[in-house]
Amino acid sequence: MASEIKQGTLELVNHLPILQVITPMLIAPLLVVLNNKTLSWLLSFLGTLACLFISILLIQGVSDGSILTYYLGGWVPPIGIEYRIDAANAILLFLISIISVIVLIFSYSSLHAEIPEEKHTLFYSCFLLCLTGLLGVVATADIFNVFVFLEISSLSTYVLVAQGAYLDRRALSASFNYLIMGTIGATFFVIGIGYIYMATGSLNMMDIAERASQLGDNRTIQAGFAFIVVGMGLKLAMVPLHIWLPNAYTFAPTVVTCFLAATATKVALYVLIRFVFSVFNYEDNFVNELFFLLLMPLAVIAMIAASVIAIFKQNLKKLLAYSSLAQIGYMLLGLSLMSQKGLASSLVHMVNHGFTKAALFMSLGAFMLNTKNVYIKSLRGLGKSMPFTSAAFVIGGLSLIGVPGTAGFISKWLLLEATLETGYWLVAILIIASSLFAVIYIWKIIEVLYFSECSESYSEVSVLTLIPIWILALFCVFLGINTSLTVDVANMATEILFK
Amino acid sequence: MVSKEEKIKNETMKHHLILKVITKFMVGVIVLFGLYVQFHGDYSPGGGFQAGVIIAAAFILYGIVMGLENVQKVMPIWFAQKAAAVGVLVYALTGFFSIIFGFEFLNYHAISPEHPKHGQHYGIILVELGVGITVTFVMIAIYYSFAGRTPRLDDKEW
Repeated sequence: MASEIKQGTLELVNHLPILQVITPMLIAPLLVVLNNKTLSWLLSFLGTLACLFISILLIQGVSDGSILTYYLGGWVPPIGIEYRIDAANAILLFLISIISVIVLIFSYSSLHAEIPEEKHTLFYSCFLLCLTGLLGVVATADIFNVFVFLEISSLSTYVLVAQGAYLDRRALSASFNYLIMGTIGATFFVIGIGYIYMATGSLNMMDIAERASQLGDNRTIQAGFAFIVVGMGLKLAMVPLHIWLPNAYTFAPTVVTCFLAATATKVALYVLIRFVFSVFNYEDNFVNELFFLLLMPLAVIAMIAASVIAIFKQNLKKLLAYSSLAQIGYMLLGLSLMSQKGLASSLVHMVNHGFTKAALFMSLGAFMLNTKNVYIKSLRGLGKSMPFTSAAFVIGGLSLIGVPGTAGFISKWLLLEATLETGYWLVAILIIASSLFAVIYIWKIIEVLYFSECSESYSEVSVLTLIPIWILALFCVFLGINTSLTVDVANMATEILFK
Repeated sequence: MVSKEEKIKNETMKHHLILKVITKFMVGVIVLFGLYVQFHGDYSPGGGFQAGVIIAAAFILYGIVMGLENVQKVMPIWFAQKAAAVGVLVYALTGFFSIIFGFEFLNYHAISPEHPKHGQHYGIILVELGVGITVTFVMIAIYYSFAGRTPRLDDKEW
């Protein structure tokens, strides 16, 4: 501790990395104290807008390749907790913040249909805590801090998923499953952190990387890494550990499903990426073999199997949940190629798939406002009575398939390029096969929407519900045409990670 | 006709005179000990977490012996909920205080820039207070939400 008198010298702009995380953390308890339904929506909306603004400033700050650091409490790392923003996490902070803003606009007009009014304040408070957790995981450079924020986000996620019980009691068992699996994952993760701390005596990512490189081939660190891969595998729904995801996504309120599908699994994948490249040595034989022999086959199985299962699902939320598993397979595949292009495709796909899946789930939520359920048969002929929602759904679906001109195309193209560059022809063929399965299940829905007789006539949902859906749909198109936000930032991020 | 809940209540209230007298005496002592642990947390073992659990234990003991209605007269559910949030606010605002005065988040130098050591001292006390408040009332709220469910079996039916 510095003993001399120190004057406060930091400007507000220096505080951006921490403000990003603590703005929602400050508002969450405030909502509970004020306990006013309208005010709590307004405050959370303003809070997330502030987060979005901060994340844009952060992207600008790191766009020249620089790294923003922040020492919590003025304690210098490795003793203190350090926040460290580079291109890789700035893009994810942006994704999480913008999705939270859009989801909150959607919740204003749709939440009352899924959650009783008296619970709205607590719901928004929980939502903001979840947001705090996700942002914190991404921003921090301290591995124990990662665990703490991961638990903040997970615990509030369990509560948010359980809120679906108002419409369907099965949400409770889905949430409980998620709780058990998520807690096992967190336990594995923290055991891994324990092993790393045992071997290196440090919790700061940069410091660990430095100390571990001096240790060479260390069995303790390898065991720690294996634990972390399994723990994060549970959180990101890597295929044999995915069992919690379909039910959690299906029975959670639509607002929650949108938010989780677009952010939560991506954040877990980000943690894995961060550990592989910033904490461990990605050139290490052990890491490479683990990814080549274990994660790549699992990713390919996820791509194919989950897509095939999705084709046969009648509940559309469940169908999209299985499709999410397949998409997570793409991202894992990009990572497990262990090449710059592969990692870049993985990062780009995180963002693109985030927008795509959010658009799809949100338009399902709009259908649900009218039809009360999302079984494929109840969507008959909605293309005529709800033209705008259906059109947005189609755009999202095209992006999910990867049609040129949409966001999905960009990331799938990059992934194909990366696999061909590494020479895995078979994997490239399987990626295309998986996309064809996506064509089947999306076409199945489009056929019902546009080419079946309308059983009942519904009116289009309100403009306020359509706005967030169309923002997301337009993002799907925009990111397919203008790639400066995604591909360029991802390339810069991989430069930093691979140095 | 006595309802099931009332029956259970009467059963638990009838005997246990010694327990009730001792509880009334102990509650105060436990809270006092909790406060001791709370305010010595900055330079001896203890702190917000431990103190919070100890103080909550006093209320939970009172609830177990005297019945849920009686403890909720002292500590209503809404109060426990809001107070838990206030604790987090105390913590977060301590951090924001430093930011406003140009220091890092949670840098306690900001509280007393001329005497950084005093600043550290006060800062820890404030943060621990926030932790203590939150832990106390979250523990109580957890107890309420479990105890508030009517049991499927009463003692006699076992």
